[in-house]
Amino acid sequence: MSKITYREALNQAMCNEMERDERVFLMGEEVAEYNGAYKVSQGMLDKFGPRRVIDTPITELGFTGLGVGAAMAGLRPIIEFMTWNFAVLATDQIVNAAAKMKYMTAGQYSCPMVLRGAGGAAARVSSQHSQAFENWYANIPGLKVVMPSNPADAKGLLAASIRDNDTVIFIENEINYGDIGEVPEGEYIIPLGKADIKRVGKDITLVAHSRMTGYALAAAEELAKMGIDAEVVDPRTIRPLDEATILASVAKTNRAVVIEEGWRFAGIGAEISARIMEKGFDDLDAPVARVTGKDVPMPYAANLESYALPSVAEIVEAARVTCNRA
Amino acid sequence: MPIDVFMTQLSPTMTEGKIARWLKKEGDELVSGEVLVEIETDKATMEVEVIEEGTLHKIIAAEGTLIPVGTAIAVIAEDGEEVPADYMPESTGEAPVLETTATADIPASPEPVAQAIATTPAPDPVTAQTVEVDMAEVVRAANDKRIKASPLARRLAKQKGINIAAITGTGPKGRIVKADIEKASKRGINLGGQSFTPVALRPLPTGPMPYHADEYDAIENSMMRKAISRRLTESKQQVPHFYLSMDVQMDRLMDLRAQLNESADGAFKLSVNDFIVKAVAKALVDVPAANASWTDSHTYQHKHAHISIAVAIEGGLITPVVRFSEQKSIVEISNEIKELAGKAREGALKPEEYTGGTFSISNLGMYGIKQFNAIVNPPEGAILAVGGTEERAVAENGQVVVKKMMTLTLSCDHRVVDGAVGAEYLNALKKHIECPASVLI
Amino acid sequence: MAGKKKQDNTAGITHEGRFYSAERLHAMHDMMLYIRRFEEKAGQMYGLKKIGGFCHLCNGQEAVCVGMREAADSKDYMMTSYRDHGHILASGTEPTAVMAELLGRAGGVVGGKGGSMHMFDVKNNFAGGNGIVGEQVPIGIGFGFASQYRDDKRVSITIMGDGGVNQGAVYESFNMAALWKLPVVFVIENNQYAMGTSLSRASAETHLYKRGISFKVPGIQVDGMDVLEVERKMGEALEHARSGKGPMIVEMMTYRYRGHSMSDPATYRTRDEVDEWRSGRDPIVRLQNQMIEAGLATEADFKQKDRDIKKDVGAMAKAAEAQPEPDLSVLWDDVITDEIPNAYPYPRQVG
Repeated sequence: MSKITYREALNQAMCNEMERDERVFLMGEEVAEYNGAYKVSQGMLDKFGPRRVIDTPITELGFTGLGVGAAMAGLRPIIEFMTWNFAVLATDQIVNAAAKMKYMTAGQYSCPMVLRGAGGAAARVSSQHSQAFENWYANIPGLKVVMPSNPADAKGLLAASIRDNDTVIFIENEINYGDIGEVPEGEYIIPLGKADIKRVGKDITLVAHSRMTGYALAAAEELAKMGIDAEVVDPRTIRPLDEATILASVAKTNRAVVIEEGWRFAGIGAEISARIMEKGFDDLDAPVARVTGKDVPMPYAANLESYALPSVAEIVEAARVTCNRA
Repeated sequence: MPIDVFMTQLSPTMTEGKIARWLKKEGDELVSGEVLVEIETDKATMEVEVIEEGTLHKIIAAEGTLIPVGTAIAVIAEDGEEVPADYMPESTGEAPVLETTATADIPASPEPVAQAIATTPAPDPVTAQTVEVDMAEVVRAANDKRIKASPLARRLAKQKGINIAAITGTGPKGRIVKADIEKASKRGINLGGQSFTPVALRPLPTGPMPYHADEYDAIENSMMRKAISRRLTESKQQVPHFYLSMDVQMDRLMDLRAQLNESADGAFKLSVNDFIVKAVAKALVDVPAANASWTDSHTYQHKHAHISIAVAIEGGLITPVVRFSEQKSIVEISNEIKELAGKAREGALKPEEYTGGTFSISNLGMYGIKQFNAIVNPPEGAILAVGGTEERAVAENGQVVVKKMMTLTLSCDHRVVDGAVGAEYLNALKKHIECPASVLI
Repeated sequence: MAGKKKQDNTAGITHEGRFYSAERLHAMHDMMLYIRRFEEKAGQMYGLKKIGGFCHLCNGQEAVCVGMREAADSKDYMMTSYRDHGHILASGTEPTAVMAELLGRAGGVVGGKGGSMHMFDVKNNFAGGNGIVGEQVPIGIGFGFASQYRDDKRVSITIMGDGGVNQGAVYESFNMAALWKLPVVFVIENNQYAMGTSLSRASAETHLYKRGISFKVPGIQVDGMDVLEVERKMGEALEHARSGKGPMIVEMMTYRYRGHSMSDPATYRTRDEVDEWRSGRDPIVRLQNQMIEAGLATEADFKQKDRDIKKDVGAMAKAAEAQPEPDLSVLWDDVITDEIPNAYPYPRQVG
């Protein structure tokens, strides 16, 4: 174990996998000479050279398509989006090509590729740079969606994603890049599709991913002061979803709040709460509550921004109401 | 739209109600909270308050008539509304009447909803666009007898055999939640759910009575009379009764009672019955097997002694329940019985005050009865019949001595209480009565 | 290949200094004619509602399909848009599998998952069959990137139409391909119409081979109705790309005889215009005339050949139609490679 940052953990995963597998390469804007817009690929150019660590023009659709073709031809691209906001330009390649190639070709071609970068809201960057898109991609058969909430998960999940033979949408969080945590050294793999219980509790289940996991943990501490013992479940992989862990937790606590940074309508919380309704109906003592980003584009002003995002206080309040406490 | 007032279910077992008295007459202004009508149920006479304000347009059900639950009994006109002369509530006659056996846990029935929607007259095309109808509200209104309970609460109630209809929800909008079921389960009340649903009775043959008409007065049976008739007949027909009698010495208990009453200086006055209730409860703790209820799948062994006490009232009897008797002092029990008996005589007992008992006591000692056999009060497993205390010549150590004696008879439901258990119980009870200091601990 | 004419090593045609043997010429001719008859059969089957959805035929463009493949190495990658029947047939894929795919049969090239627009054959290095206009172009440079990464000298033949060439992805691809000198030949099949919009109504620069100028991608224009010219110029372009000089654009001037798709009555062009291309510039007739002139075959030979091919195509279509529909169980196949059995959505399950 060593204490390293979330960005260093991602860097370690990529370096380990590139050392292990010659087919793996990293491509994206500013990944090489600049050492990464968020320094995730720090030192990788020096280590692997320009053949395998490749700066691209600002051309998301183009280099994502290049990744699709390279993957179809047998390589294993890691394509970095500076942020997922820019990947909107590449959605045709993600949705129409990468996700479907295996199916459309009846298995003749597949698309083992990791598309990664920062998602969610950053700080004070306004509407076009603060968005959560995991629900878009999680809706699509053929894709996997992975979102780590801490450094150890970042390393283990990214390594697993690179080894995975499907296209993995790997959404990091800019605010988390500097987080420090204990991370296993050397090869470390966390299987995809496995949720993690970040805090054990008995009164209510808080389901939260990515940056919201930290919020949920903070809310759990507040709730503890009120005598509410919250369990925090981090799905880690959004698609496919380890709903068994969520359902088992709800069977124990009988109550759930699903938290996400993204918008409410047709969000991840909508899906998870629907699954709890479908599979855990008789375990519920209260309707599943959701805490989500407000249904507005992200504003710039600090107070507006923080109001638009979910807060620890909102999670606490939702949990309190769900627990029927005065 | 005129508002229909329906006969609503006012007790868990109520299937129909009698209009006892209208407190408002046609044309009266109705203010929310005022009493509109008194309804006599199988258990009590209940006041029904005004919920929808307006003018009492029409009384459909006259005083003294028996109306099935779910049938309209009156029509309220909203303020300033002209009710068409030919307006009749949809429910009259063909109301969604509950099954006569009325399981108390009424499942939400989709039919009334569908009916309500289907029979809503088609709006005229001009107004159709301007009138916004919240369909969810319409459905909810038509479905308002549905009990709001969380899925978990329903599941737990089913598992524990708890009648969810008898529980007051403490969740949002009165939703019954897990905590309510757990509380109910702790109190041991609210049995009488699905597991105890009485089976429909075959009606007794009704023919001309072999009496001359001038030799009797025909007194119409009250709702209560009918309920007593139904429940006791069911009990005698379905519950395999057996009876155990035992004599107990009352000298020490009578002495203790006199001492306590004397020292109370008017603060309380304990009856023999108060002591017996307490002793019964203590003995139930000693022999929990006697504190049990039968269902086809399970035997419910109760954790607390909720003692039903038969109270004679005008026109019949009712059994208010002293809950957690095993935890209460004699003084508390005494006060509670006085209060409950008073309410019973006034017909003011709430359903939760006369349901949920686990064991009954019927005491006819004050009427000079020496010994009798009582009928088990389902779903309870046993009832104790208490005779009067009297001096009797008793053989003791080869001598004939005079002792204050009382005869107790335990009627048991043999499905849950066997002879040996009943005997063990009576012995425990005898011990507490004959050594009454134990009931003070 | 069964020309009645006796064949010897010297028989053939020399075109612009390149010698084409009689055998090779017959093969090219037969493939073009087969594609023509295949597409006609497909049109007929569509009319009988045996083929569903979208169906884009390439009658008239056969010389491009055949000439390109003729010039390429069998290991070279090829990918195109949705007008793909001719290309996959020219790539050597079994015609019955192509027709079966059109008919939605189990034995289709992709087992009935793709239909007309999504033909793929990995064995013959044919990578689609892509339904979104221009989408295949970045994918094409990805194949070129892989080739360069592994240094295996394969060229990616990335085909688009005169409609697709206006997509932004194309220029992103031109740029990266040129920047990194990727082994890619961008082929623009200019059949003059992007669906119903003529070239001049959609493009400011109608000389499409010049579209790479800003990216330093050299371009040439080729008579796409002349299979020998297509073969020759394509060969030059492939050599350019293979030798590490980077990408090249080849604009093939061609014409489709049918509408954009089966549902297109093609009222945006005149009968005269279509007739002019059909009768005056048809690639099959043109090669036939060249071969007759060179004494490699007679008109009667080609008539007989046509009858044979029509018969073959008829039998092929019957065989394809006789195949069963895909088993319902294949619905769940090939969505995901590494299925995670205990996570939702559960593989191969509803709900």
